[in-house]
Amino acid sequence: MEEQELTQEIKPPANTKGLGRWLKDNLFNTWYNTLLTCLALVFLFFALKGFLTWAFTEAEWDVIPANFRLFMVGSYPQEQIWRVWNAIYILSVLMGLSAGLWGGLVLRFAVALSGVWFISALLPVELSTRGWCLGAIAMIAVSFFLGRGRTSLRPWILGGWILSFPVIMVVLRGFGENGVLTSNWGGLLLTLILAVVGIVVSFPLGVFLALCRQSNLPAIRWVSTTYIETVRGVPLITILFMGNVLIPIFMPGLDINQVLRMMIGITFFSGAYMAENVRGGLQGIPRGQHEAAQAVGLNYVQTTLFIVLPQALRSVIPAIVGQFIALFKDTSLVSIIGLIDLLGVAKSVIANPDWLGLQAEVYLFAAVIYFVFCYAMSYASQDIETDLGVGKH
Amino acid sequence: MAAQENALNDPIIMCEDLHKWFDDFHVLKGITTSFQKGERAVICGPSGSGKSTFIRTLNRLEEHQRGTIIVDGVELTDDLRNINLIRQEVGMVFQQFNLFPHLTNLQNITLGPIRVRKLTKSEAEEVALSLLERVDIADQAYKYPAEISGGQQQRVAIARALAMEPKIMLFDEPTSALDPEMITEVLDVMRELAHSGMTMLVVTHEMGFAREVADRILFFDEGMIVEEAPPADFFDNPQHERTKLFISQTLQH
Repeated sequence: MEEQELTQEIKPPANTKGLGRWLKDNLFNTWYNTLLTCLALVFLFFALKGFLTWAFTEAEWDVIPANFRLFMVGSYPQEQIWRVWNAIYILSVLMGLSAGLWGGLVLRFAVALSGVWFISALLPVELSTRGWCLGAIAMIAVSFFLGRGRTSLRPWILGGWILSFPVIMVVLRGFGENGVLTSNWGGLLLTLILAVVGIVVSFPLGVFLALCRQSNLPAIRWVSTTYIETVRGVPLITILFMGNVLIPIFMPGLDINQVLRMMIGITFFSGAYMAENVRGGLQGIPRGQHEAAQAVGLNYVQTTLFIVLPQALRSVIPAIVGQFIALFKDTSLVSIIGLIDLLGVAKSVIANPDWLGLQAEVYLFAAVIYFVFCYAMSYASQDIETDLGVGKH
Repeated sequence: MAAQENALNDPIIMCEDLHKWFDDFHVLKGITTSFQKGERAVICGPSGSGKSTFIRTLNRLEEHQRGTIIVDGVELTDDLRNINLIRQEVGMVFQQFNLFPHLTNLQNITLGPIRVRKLTKSEAEEVALSLLERVDIADQAYKYPAEISGGQQQRVAIARALAMEPKIMLFDEPTSALDPEMITEVLDVMRELAHSGMTMLVVTHEMGFAREVADRILFFDEGMIVEEAPPADFFDNPQHERTKLFISQTLQH
């Protein structure tokens, strides 16, 4: 045997424990924990038993597939459904390219989405729908391989995402009488549109308001503070009602449709909360950071863009994503104004004499859809935090 | 300018009757002095004497309320153009380093040259890498500030200031936040910089460094310059009671 060095590297002890040991350490380590564990098990047994019995024997799940189109797109006309698929394809191409360019989080989402399309294609759906689903997978896959390794494309793809926003609106709406009026937008489609517009517009609005509230100019600070405090003092539903009634009065010449009015209301509301989240981050930036930036010769705009905002936003990602999630769920309030979003569809299905008494099934389905999207946002935020090394550097 | 008549009298910084208040507290009470091109001046004094505030007024991190400051022929006023002009000529190193934690050490250094001096990314990186070489931490270029020691961070901070090719370097207690064994490595870099002919104003408690490197020592107390002299006179033949007390207290350690 070779002579060993004095300071031989010693591996840390393996910290894997057996299942039995884990159970003993975590669930049965004291008499009261043992008692709690047993009580919890009894409770879980009865709760799960009740739920599972209902879900597999009593629940009438027929209501979901029978109204699936309604849940997804509301009263969007069947013969124009290609518009929705075209919008999905635009996003699929962008997603595929991004997955190829960046990998990581986007890639995982692209794979998950492809999985959803694949399962949808296996379900007993119309042949045309099956074709669209498989087409979406193909779009993602092809653009993934096109995008792989071409890092020089990155700025173009980012531009593409920004541009896709108005393009998709036009695709979904079409022109004039031949298009689809926004009053026919509904279901999950409407929920997503409201949420994405709200998020994409309220975020920069919030950053802008937060910077204004920190301004050295009293007038700007005062206007921003007044706006934030006023909006935060009013419930969202009130703002939506007011938007519905007041916007046509303030702008009589313009024909602003109801969906747009709701977008404006949601954005203004969320912007105020976003501003306070961002301000929390701005206040956490030490004075020395501003001074160092000034000493290097950066002006106010450069200091804000390159030094202050990257650090401030990074530290408030959890709060910002929390606000995004709240906004996503708050879009359901538009069903009170009369728009038929996901929750609106759920209500109208329950009110349909053919499906009376199926509240549990319908609301559970809606809840699962809301959960999937909210959890995806939460998951993405954790991933982004790890990527940016929050708390490490 | 009249200063050009005499090579020995060619001030790059001139201060005339400088006053500064923090609310009611009179921090600087009429500072009048000037610094020559290539001069290495050490500013010392008890805490609260206004020495940090003084060098921070020189690049407008603090605003002076009375008197005039002229840096390289440009008067420091409210005019943003003048302030930016002067900040590009004056580099600053802080007690707490103040590196940008979300950027790598290399990016910390290249940010100013790219955004302010409008160098290309590759030009700026070339400059940055050679500066990191100069402060002896080229191997830490792609790490983040939090991943290196305090002494290394301060050397990155010095490199960041040098990357703007300043004519003057201000040091605000650059070693006060460092563990003792890291002070030497930072002072070595500053010594090398002093020998290269850089104009340096250093606020420090490192009396050994002051004696070795300084051309002149300015002693601040209660917002005024009590005494200014070359190190030999300052340490061995102080004129004022305050100075004598300060020297006896600092040299005891």
